[in-house]
Parts: sequence; structure tokens; C-alpha cells
Amino acid sequence: MDRFTWSNGLLEMNETLVIQQRGVKLYDGDDKAKLDVGIAMLSTHQLLWRDMKNHECCIAIPLSQIVYFEEQAAGIGKSAKIVIHLHPTLANKEPGPYQQSKFSYIKLSFKEHGQIEFYRRLTEELNQKRWECTPVSQPIPTATSSQTGRKRAVGIVGIERKLEERRKETDKNISEAFEDLSKLMVKAKEMVELSRSIANKIKDKQGDITEDETIRFKSYLLSMGIANPVTRETHGSGTNYHLQLAKQLGDMLLAPLEERGGMMALTEVYCLVNRARGMELLSPEDLVTACKMFESLKLPLRLCIFDSGVMVVQLQSHSEEEMIASALDNVTEKGSLTAEEFAKLLGLSVLLCKERLFLAEKMGHLCRDDSVEGLRFYPNLFTSHAS
Amino acid sequence: MHRRGVGAGAIAKKKLAEAKYKERGTVLAEDQIVQMSKQLETFKSNLEEFASKHKQEIRKSSQFRVQFQEMCATIGVDPLASSKGFWSEMLGVGDFYYELGVQIIEVCLALKHRNGGLITLDELHHRVLKGRGKFAQDVSQDDLVRAIKKLKAMGNGFGMIPVGGSYLVQSVPAELNMDHTVVLQLAEKKGYISVGEIRESLKWETERACHVLDHLLKEGLAWLDSQASGEPQYWLPALFSELTSCDVTPDEANQMTP
Repeated sequence: MDRFTWSNGLLEMNETLVIQQRGVKLYDGDDKAKLDVGIAMLSTHQLLWRDMKNHECCIAIPLSQIVYFEEQAAGIGKSAKIVIHLHPTLANKEPGPYQQSKFSYIKLSFKEHGQIEFYRRLTEELNQKRWECTPVSQPIPTATSSQTGRKRAVGIVGIERKLEERRKETDKNISEAFEDLSKLMVKAKEMVELSRSIANKIKDKQGDITEDETIRFKSYLLSMGIANPVTRETHGSGTNYHLQLAKQLGDMLLAPLEERGGMMALTEVYCLVNRARGMELLSPEDLVTACKMFESLKLPLRLCIFDSGVMVVQLQSHSEEEMIASALDNVTEKGSLTAEEFAKLLGLSVLLCKERLFLAEKMGHLCRDDSVEGLRFYPNLFTSHAS
Repeated sequence: MHRRGVGAGAIAKKKLAEAKYKERGTVLAEDQIVQMSKQLETFKSNLEEFASKHKQEIRKSSQFRVQFQEMCATIGVDPLASSKGFWSEMLGVGDFYYELGVQIIEVCLALKHRNGGLITLDELHHRVLKGRGKFAQDVSQDDLVRAIKKLKAMGNGFGMIPVGGSYLVQSVPAELNMDHTVVLQLAEKKGYISVGEIRESLKWETERACHVLDHLLKEGLAWLDSQASGEPQYWLPALFSELTSCDVTPDEANQMTP
């Protein structure tokens, strides 16, 4: 927090406000800053913050001071945050709210949300670096004639030079990144080999590793992204993380499932859940693993896999018999139905209605008429009229 | 004459040796798990350091992502397996691909009424980019392919069929075997195919060609133009390029079909 300077909150001629967000609390590193909740503002040149109650209290920091930043997802009782890592203080920095700080990063805590958009805009501004192309004086319009740290980009030549520098910088960054990545991969490979060795030992000596150790081992594999070679399951195929996830899903999906007649394709669930999360999204495999645990956790949901391979999440209360009965009733009433017609009738997806018709057919209640015009289902008169 | 290695004594000794070996083996495995735990901590901090320097690279550069993914595959690591994996948590690769997965599903769903669940990778790429907006990170076709591979975990439905140098992305569980795939590849050149063309190019009997085309028709992947001069033509909406600029809503599509 010692990188901030007092500001009057006014923008310069070439500076534009990009986004502002109320309800933002500042953190000096991990500690709450001795400031109240305020409004965070992002311009093309700076990051500003103003106290909501006391408008006189306004601070700012140039965007060029930002090294990088990242999201910190919300938790229970904790708002989502953006963590911003900063360069060391400039020598000619004007006074600000903090004289010194042991931290070189700050956090913005979004008590009234808005972190996703703010993050996006911040990313944009730091990519575009518009402050470099539009010459502007220091944020504090006090007499600061010496600007030793700043290189002014003047004219087209100046702009071209800046672009060339940035390109070189990017290339240098990427090759440096590749170098570092290669070193990292060497270490990762060691871990993979070690895990294979452990897995082999576990396979050979069934029962000699404690369950605790097996669970721990599985979580190590999960962290590294190594496929689990141990086929023997102790607590299902998931870790504690998946257990918690399964419980969360059990809560979250009840209402949507009711709305959709008790069944949702897994791809639908994936989109629903991840759209709601916004950050720290679930991988498809996480979702499948968690859904497989519904039964053992005695949750009112089930993961079902149809013959076609389609995976759905289903409310336990909507049993197979109900679905078959509903399919039979509807088909009998209309004389015959295609999956599309059935879907329109029930207001459900065509895919799932198709599966219901297939199921009813499998149980012998419906007959199919398969032609180039499509697949149509009729009540099975062979069985119902057999006497 | 002593025969070595036989007799009750020898058997007992052998059993004792086996037990000792077994015991040692157990200790070794336990030790290894402890060792792995330590190495994991070290690796985690190495990854954190890497992330602090290069996280932006992954987000900005699709070239870097490709390299990264290939390196992971080489050593046997899947950085996208779980959002709880280090790679996902610290490098943020997970969110990038999982979100892409959502966007892919949504595009495919929106167009299914028109193309039956089959779409070219090009069109998918074009539409996903459009949906992401001007300021979103760049997404390459390699990114899409990897995201689709992950989607396969959620049941049949998502698959990729190689045609004419690129891919067709399948988003419905229609069964497409080798015959269907070959016909799709043949049709890719003009966007449509006929029984006669199949007979000529693939040397199949009429029966076999008709069977394949009927299946595509049934699955909604092909449309029949029986008014074409010469023999009927089977058109594949997935391969239409002119239509990408003229969108039809599901309602309009329903009104158009007899």
C-alpha cells in the first residue's frame, strides 16, 4: 500500500475512465488496509480508489507500477479479490496513505461483486498500455518537472519504437518462459516416474498400504494430473474434493432438475454450474467423478448412462417407471410421436425425450417406425392386444 | 548326498525370506509416498515461481499453450484433468479450457437444429471467437481441439471426424462408423454427395451407399435434394459455407420443414 499516492481524482486530458466499481475494500498484502470501503476506478493510466463516505480521501497508483495480477476466488464469508503485485516504489513518489509496507502486493476485495468485469478491463488496459502512447504528466498536478523514470513516446517514430521494444520484450519473455517450462517439466517427469513406481508396488502387495496412504497418494496424483493407475477403489474413485463437490451439486441442481422434468444431460449441468461459478471452473472429469458419488452419499440425485452413451443427472424421485409410463401415455394419446414432437410436448430437450422413448421401447411398451422421414414411436399393440 | 533347496527346512527358509522381502517392499512403498509428498511440495513452489513469472504467457500466447500441452503429454501429465490440479490452480490453464468447453457446447447446441449436430472446426472456431467478443483472449483451433477432448469425459456426444485436412466436430451421440466417415470426407469437397458419386469413387454397391446416406438423412445430418438434375443429391448443412452468414432460428427451421 505504500505505492499509492494521494490524488484529487481528476483525470488528465488524454486519460479516460474505463470502469469503476463500488464496494471495494483495499488490503495491504494480506492485512486489511486502514481505509474504509470505497469505489475502485480504473483509467487508461491509473488505478484509483476513493472513500465512499469521505470523498476527499482519494488515492491512485500508475498502471505502469503493476507487475501482474490474479484472481482470488470468494470463500465462505470472504468476498472475491483481485491480488495486484507491484514494482518497488519509484524514487520520486509523492506522499500517500502509507509511508512504508512490508508487502509488495495489494488486494482489492469486491464486497459488492463486479470483480469479473474489473479483472477483464484491467487485463485489457495492461495489454494495451495506453498510458505509454498518450503522454500525460504525473497523476498529482503539483510541480514535478523532473520525471526521470518516464520515457515519453513522442510522435510516430516514438510509437513504433515502443511497439518494437514490446515485441522484442514479448519474444524474450516467451523464450525465457519456454526455458523455465522445460526445467519445470524435467521435475514433473521425476514425479510421474515416482508415482508409477509407487503404483506398481501397491498393485503387487494388495492390502499392505494403509487406506489413508492410498487416499493421500490419490490426491497427489490429482494435484499433478497423473492418471490413477490403482484400480482398487477404497472410497470410490474420488478424493475429498469430489465429495464436497458432490454435496454442493446435490444442493445446487435440485431446482433446475425440477424445472426440466427431473433430468438433465451432463453437458447441460456442466454449462450451468460453470456459468454460475465464473471463476475456478470445474473440469469435465471432476464433474463426472463427483456425480458418480451421488449414490454412496445418499443424495437424491443419480448419474445415469444410457445405452447410447449419453450421461444424465436424474432426480431419484423421477423413477424409470414414471418416465416409461409418461412416454406410453403421451404416445397413446397422440397415436404416435417422434422425439422432436415429444420434446415440444413436454418442453424438454430432444435428446432426453429420445432416450425416454428408447427406454419405453426397450421395456416393450412402444414400437418404432424407422424410415427416412424420421424415427416415430407407436404403442406396442403386439403385446397389448395379445390375448 | 545332500540335495539343496528341498525339504521342510528349505521351504520354511524360503517363506521367511519372502516375508522379509515383502516387509522391506512395504516399507519401501511407504517411504516412497513420503518422498513423493516432499517432492510435491518442492514442485509446487517451483510451479508458483514459474507462474509468478509466466502466467500471462499462457493466457496470451496460444503458441505457448500448444508447447505446454505437448510437453505435459510427453511426460504423462494431464494439466486439465482436475480443477484441483496444481497446473489449473496456479497457471490458470484450467479455467481457460473449461470455459472454452462451455462456449463450444453452447454453440453446438444453438446450431443443432440446422446441422444435426455436425459442424466444421472452422465454423466452430469462427462462432466461438464471435461469442467471446473483441477483447477476449485469442483462441486457436488447437485450443478448441483440446477443450473438445476433455468434453468427451461427459459421455458420448463429442467427437472429431477428420475431413479434408481439418475436422468435423460431432456433438450428438449419432453412431457414425467408418462408412459414414468416409462418405462425409467425400462430400466435403462440394458440400453434397450422390449415390452415383459414391459408387464411382469408392466402388461400393448401391445398397451400401444408400444405407449410409439414409442413416445420415435419418440423423438429420444430411438433407435430400430430390429435384436436382440427374440423380438426387444429399447435402450436408455442416459443410455449407454460404449459410454461415444467414442464420435461421429453431422456430424458422420448424416452419420450413414440411
